[in-house]
Amino acid sequence: MKKQKILERLMSIVFFITATISIVSVILILLFIVINSIPALKEIGIVQFITGKTWAPANIPASFGLLPMILGSLYVTAGAVLIGVPLGLFTAVFMARFCPEKLYKVLKPLIDLLAGIPSIVYGFFGLVFIVPLIRNTLGGTGDSILAASILLGIMILPTIIGLSEAAIRAVPQSYYEGALSLGATHERAVFTILLPAAKSGIFASVILGIGRAIGETMAVVMVAGNQARIPTGILNGVRTMTSNIVIEMGYAADLHRGALIASGLVLFVFILILNIAFSLMNKKKGA
Amino acid sequence: MNDKYQITDLNLFYGDFQALTDVNMNIKENQITAFIGPSGCGKSTLLKTLNRMNDLIDGCHITGKVLLDGVDIYDNYDVNLLRKNVGMVFQKPNPFPMSIYDNIAYGPRTHGIRKKALLDDIVEESLHKAAIWDEVKDRLKRNALSVSGGQQQRICIARALAVGPEVLLMDEPTSALDPISTNKIEDLILDLKKYYTIVIVTHNMQQATRISDATAFFLLGEIIEFDSTSSLFSMPKDKRTEDYITGRFG
Repeated sequence: MKKQKILERLMSIVFFITATISIVSVILILLFIVINSIPALKEIGIVQFITGKTWAPANIPASFGLLPMILGSLYVTAGAVLIGVPLGLFTAVFMARFCPEKLYKVLKPLIDLLAGIPSIVYGFFGLVFIVPLIRNTLGGTGDSILAASILLGIMILPTIIGLSEAAIRAVPQSYYEGALSLGATHERAVFTILLPAAKSGIFASVILGIGRAIGETMAVVMVAGNQARIPTGILNGVRTMTSNIVIEMGYAADLHRGALIASGLVLFVFILILNIAFSLMNKKKGA
Repeated sequence: MNDKYQITDLNLFYGDFQALTDVNMNIKENQITAFIGPSGCGKSTLLKTLNRMNDLIDGCHITGKVLLDGVDIYDNYDVNLLRKNVGMVFQKPNPFPMSIYDNIAYGPRTHGIRKKALLDDIVEESLHKAAIWDEVKDRLKRNALSVSGGQQQRICIARALAVGPEVLLMDEPTSALDPISTNKIEDLILDLKKYYTIVIVTHNMQQATRISDATAFFLLGEIIEFDSTSSLFSMPKDKRTEDYITGRFG
């Protein structure tokens, strides 16, 4: 009896510690970014840093305008969403409600496999397939917003498919039966009842997909061209915030280094805004 | 009175398991027919055969004939049309997670009605018929899940009525409800009898005696006895029926 109590006590302490570790690491990361960003942000000026159009760390005096990279990240992410969300959502609908069981057993592991492919391999695929394809059909060098968007659109598929499928499957069967009992076809029941009912799970999958797209680095570096200037078309090369950090961090020092860490902070804020918007949306719906 | 359904030599299997054996029965128009019997006796299965909801279950197949107004519903019959003509109310109220209005309008919209004025009329009329109009008329835009269970069930009945069915199948429609809501729904069912043929599965024998005209007693997938409710409950012909209705088992 007593032994059991001690064990229970012990386990609750273990759980508390494990929970604390993950929370503390988030806080530590945030602290690290903020503290290391402050000097650079002070020197450059926050407004100048975010709205400045020129990124030229080697110039004298150096210029740190992040706007081209912010836009780069936004364009590439938006492109990924445009490509990945419809594709992923319809795949999820198919997987949850239309796929014959035998086919499902083949497809499901394949989609999971998509999630397990290292991003460098995606990047390589983009480099040898998507980039030449764009170069040969649409012109330009091929290293472009379009290439990065297509690649990221594919990379966010497993996230969108997996979560949306789970959300669609989680809708009570009684809704589906209710629709059918009124004479609705299978398709109508799926698209007018199940999909709307799974809305919040589907939004969650899109948010996570956006998070993955905006944070992706390796694959994007390989296909996006990486010019640090504001792009004027989808065939232009573009540099994202993450690419910027990974390309320059190796040799950056002093203010340059601080500016790169501050880009990390901007990225962090973007993700934060995304998450807050999402939870507000959910709250509104629940009320 | 006319026979709405004529069921002859119906056998139903879930894979290898036989759930219904040699069912023969005629269900009369504008009557309330009750199915009673212990759990797993096949009464819900037969109910779901009447609007082919059993089609959703893998490995379910039938032999025999189920005629609705003289036409075999298992022989080349448009199943969506069948379900438009044969409404269903489920055990657990299952309104869609959308507004009360949209719930009722879902069926008519499914069958191609788009005009707002016409939909408004159908919604109001259906809610009136389901005796819930007065309770919800000021909150048609509210989510249907926000009202009480008893109200949800009447919304589901209104939703079924909105497509203009001739038959209403009810699968233990009050088993998840409190006595007052149950009472309201029973009154409603009695009212609806004028316009619809009603088949109701119930675990509650008092309910069967209160509202039904004919009762079928099921046991292990067979119909043991099918008679007018008054004779089945007062003078059961089969010993097993007597045992069941006097509460000796089940």
